[in-house]
Amino acid sequence: MLKIENLHVAYGGIQALRGVSLEVPDGKIVTLIGANGAGKSTTLRTITGLVRAQSGSIQWNGEELLGKSIDRIISSGIAMSPEGRRVFPDMTVLENLKIGAYLRKDKAGIEKDVKWVYELFPRLEERSWQLAGTLSGGEQQMLAVGRALMSRPKLMMLDEPSLGLAPLVVQDIFSIIGEINRQGVTILLIEQNANMALKIAGLAYVLETGNITLSGTGAELLANEKVKEAYLGKRKD
Amino acid sequence: MIQQRSKKGAVTAVIACAVLLAAVILLENISLLLPAGSVPNVLKPTSQLFAVLKKGAVYSLAAVSMNLLNGFTGLFSLGQAGFMLLGAYTYAILSVPVADRAAVYYLYGGSAVNFSFQDMFGTIFGTEGVGGAVSLGLGVAVAMVLAGCVAAVFAYFIGLPVLRLKSDYLAIATLGFAEIIKAVFQWQALGPVTNGANMIKNFPTFSSFNITGADGTVILRLSTFFPFLVSMICIAAICLLINSTYGRAFKAIREDETAAEAMGINLAKHKMLSFCTSAFFAGVSGAMFAMFVTNAQAKVYTTTMTYEILLIVVIGGIGSISGSVMATFLYVACSEWWLRFLDNVTVINGVQLPFLRAGFRMVVFSVVIMIVVLFFRRGIMGDKELPDLFKKRARKEGTGK
Repeated sequence: MLKIENLHVAYGGIQALRGVSLEVPDGKIVTLIGANGAGKSTTLRTITGLVRAQSGSIQWNGEELLGKSIDRIISSGIAMSPEGRRVFPDMTVLENLKIGAYLRKDKAGIEKDVKWVYELFPRLEERSWQLAGTLSGGEQQMLAVGRALMSRPKLMMLDEPSLGLAPLVVQDIFSIIGEINRQGVTILLIEQNANMALKIAGLAYVLETGNITLSGTGAELLANEKVKEAYLGKRKD
Repeated sequence: MIQQRSKKGAVTAVIACAVLLAAVILLENISLLLPAGSVPNVLKPTSQLFAVLKKGAVYSLAAVSMNLLNGFTGLFSLGQAGFMLLGAYTYAILSVPVADRAAVYYLYGGSAVNFSFQDMFGTIFGTEGVGGAVSLGLGVAVAMVLAGCVAAVFAYFIGLPVLRLKSDYLAIATLGFAEIIKAVFQWQALGPVTNGANMIKNFPTFSSFNITGADGTVILRLSTFFPFLVSMICIAAICLLINSTYGRAFKAIREDETAAEAMGINLAKHKMLSFCTSAFFAGVSGAMFAMFVTNAQAKVYTTTMTYEILLIVVIGGIGSISGSVMATFLYVACSEWWLRFLDNVTVINGVQLPFLRAGFRMVVFSVVIMIVVLFFRRGIMGDKELPDLFKKRARKEGTGK
């Protein structure tokens, strides 16, 4: 279980997170929704160690993550698929996947997981020797998710997997995220597409200008008037 | 299946290298086999051909080591000549026989370093016959490895502050380092070690590897074979590094630093590894360059030299090892040999041809380079390797049937 308490993060003088507290229970899909600049990506980047926190604590199965180096955080079972996919364009699909398993040393296990990712995303297997830069947006997103899975994470964090994709492709991606979760990977999902995200979420948080303002199960928030107004596009009367 | 393919590829590569080495030996010894009068000018040991081959072998290692840094890790560094200088001086200082030191360092009343690997191995294995060959080979090899190590150690200490910089800023900082190193090595106060601005000479060179008979005549020429052998071993080592998981991490850093970091790749560690490895091989190629020009002198290792190597890397294709090697030989042959006739004043039927005079060669050469850069935007090879071309052709033939 991932437990964040009173997390403060600032970029220079600008306060991005002002005391965020949230929990990601094992085996669930947790989403974090919010407008641009609310601090969603900052939360994820702080968990992976890409950004330093001012104060607060991030406990991962009882272990403090703040102040640890990125490679140690990732080898403790947390993986991130960054915003905007960021696959390595001049490397093949297979090489991209192998980079995802960079911190692992068991060759047989890596081979097995490449097969597992190819089972989840058969499209990637067809394109195994293709350069990642030549894939379509949806395929690149699949690759980004697959690459994150290659470190065999217990918790996978996805930063806006629906960014810039056609609605049908988004549905595909979300159904695979559900499938990955059923296979035992806890998922922390960040989304602008609040409708889709809340539908598959077991637990959801609303982040506004660096504070958690609402939380509840996905269904609860879907029914919440405030959420409907702000994120789901309900007309004000 | 993938592993099988790579094994087959490795075997092919080793065979190709062996064939190339054999061809080099044959080429340089052909003049000994043919009757004296019938040797064509090109194949005579003094021919430009062998100078080009030797310099090409030396430069190809320098170019590949630069490509490892600029092409594969995406660190734009211009310190290559500085690292080559370090390698050249380390090799030279540790290889001049003690007996010759007084003559070489006469301005400073002898050398401060009264040690030579040549003498050390000479006292163990002897200096004549087979023992002499062993002590020469070992002495040169150990000095060359040390030359690489000194360059790598310097790279480590320079890398600590400098590798935090990116792109152009890194280039400027490394360029500055190369200039500083050059100035320091010419400093009078270091004269007893570096011989100041004068050249260090009298160390074993490429022609020391020719096997001579008792009367001094050459029995077997190995002076071109030796740089080829060393370059091949070093380039093979770089290839192995690039194809390992480290190489994959280097490429990931080149493509997207943030994403690479998010995959758990330690940026500082891998950049440093690439920087030091590149410096090591630049040091070795610097040692070979000193052997090629038969002296070590700081004023030779200018920024122009770095640019020459950078040009080779760009022409060959950034991120292609075989491209760098091919471009090196084309570049060296073009600048040193094929365009020579343009420098000679030529008179045909009493009319002097216009433009042909000393220096015109470089004008034409610049135009050739501009044309190459215009029509091969990504270099001769892009980021492909030589075997990739054959693979594609094989696949096309396969679909044709």
